[in-house]
Amino acid sequence: MGLAAGQTVNAARVEAWLWIAQRLSALLLAACVAVHLAVIIYATRQGVSAAAILGRTRGSPVALAFYGTFVAAIAMHVPIGLRAILRESIGWSGARLELATIALAVLLLALGLRAIGGLV
Amino acid sequence: MQDTAPRDASGVLAVEIWRGGTDGGFARYEVPRRANQTVLDVVTHVQRQIDPTLAYRFACRVGMCGSCAMTVNGRPRWTCRTHVSKVAADGRLAVAPLANLPVVRDLVVDMAPFFDKWARAEGRFIPPQEPQSDFAVVKPASAKRRAADAGIECIGCAVCYAACDIVGWLPDYLGPAALNRAWTLVNDVRDAGRDRRLAAVAGDAGCHACHSQQGCVSHCPKQLNPTESIAGLKRATAWASLRGKL
Repeated sequence: MGLAAGQTVNAARVEAWLWIAQRLSALLLAACVAVHLAVIIYATRQGVSAAAILGRTRGSPVALAFYGTFVAAIAMHVPIGLRAILRESIGWSGARLELATIALAVLLLALGLRAIGGLV
Repeated sequence: MQDTAPRDASGVLAVEIWRGGTDGGFARYEVPRRANQTVLDVVTHVQRQIDPTLAYRFACRVGMCGSCAMTVNGRPRWTCRTHVSKVAADGRLAVAPLANLPVVRDLVVDMAPFFDKWARAEGRFIPPQEPQSDFAVVKPASAKRRAADAGIECIGCAVCYAACDIVGWLPDYLGPAALNRAWTLVNDVRDAGRDRRLAAVAGDAGCHACHSQQGCVSHCPKQLNPTESIAGLKRATAWASLRGKL
């Protein structure tokens, strides 16, 4: 791996924690995506207008908690997966890889929070 | 031995065999078609009857030693147990060295990187420091024994290593066989190197690089499931890191 023994153990720990984070976020995403899809299907089938939807979500702590969890899970899950793709397909490693991963997480979190701001 | 074997319509198999090193190419040969003929039989015929300079590797011929693996019509296989009738239905056969390993010459690859990774994955039994007063009792039905049993029959043929896309993308990746071996030892209750081994197999060149595509599973001639072993290592390293042991 081209690393000193201490660094190798450190990399092992980082990968193990990223794996845990990705599995836990995947659990959350499975539930969130299912609920989200069910809501979308319900809204379109019932012909609920955008104004009616916003009427229900504005100021709703349930909507805030649900979409807050959804966005947090996305911001955690997606960068970890894309990190692997960047490493394998483009050959990025080291600080560049980790900074790109963190930047992507921050970007997804910001975009998600902006969307929540428009909804809740 | 008298040749009583039936032959196909032309009685001849069109064979392409890789010659030279990495920059080599396929050479064409015509080999008599025989009943129950294996790919290793074909390669042996070429070397003994047509061109003695052909380099290839084999030993046991009965699927035990793991030395005769080659790329057959694009897929890694153990050639001694691969019947021509199963892989060359149209009478054409292309035999090349295993992928993901340096080609020495013709069909021979350098297996050193493959086995070096077994060593890097701590793929050897590590006895406890203190002498043991009695034999370890390992019940055959215990979960750990069954988990070790599931992966223990690996013959080290490197078919899974050649079939693994991750090895192709990340040359540093330990690969399915070394990780499978590590998993059998993680489940060996007599072994004293668990923490050290888990630290060795975790990380971006270890079990966490596996995408569970199961190329290894679909190609393993012994029907082992290295992906399951790697998944076990991911769980074991997760628990180890939660306990601060990684």
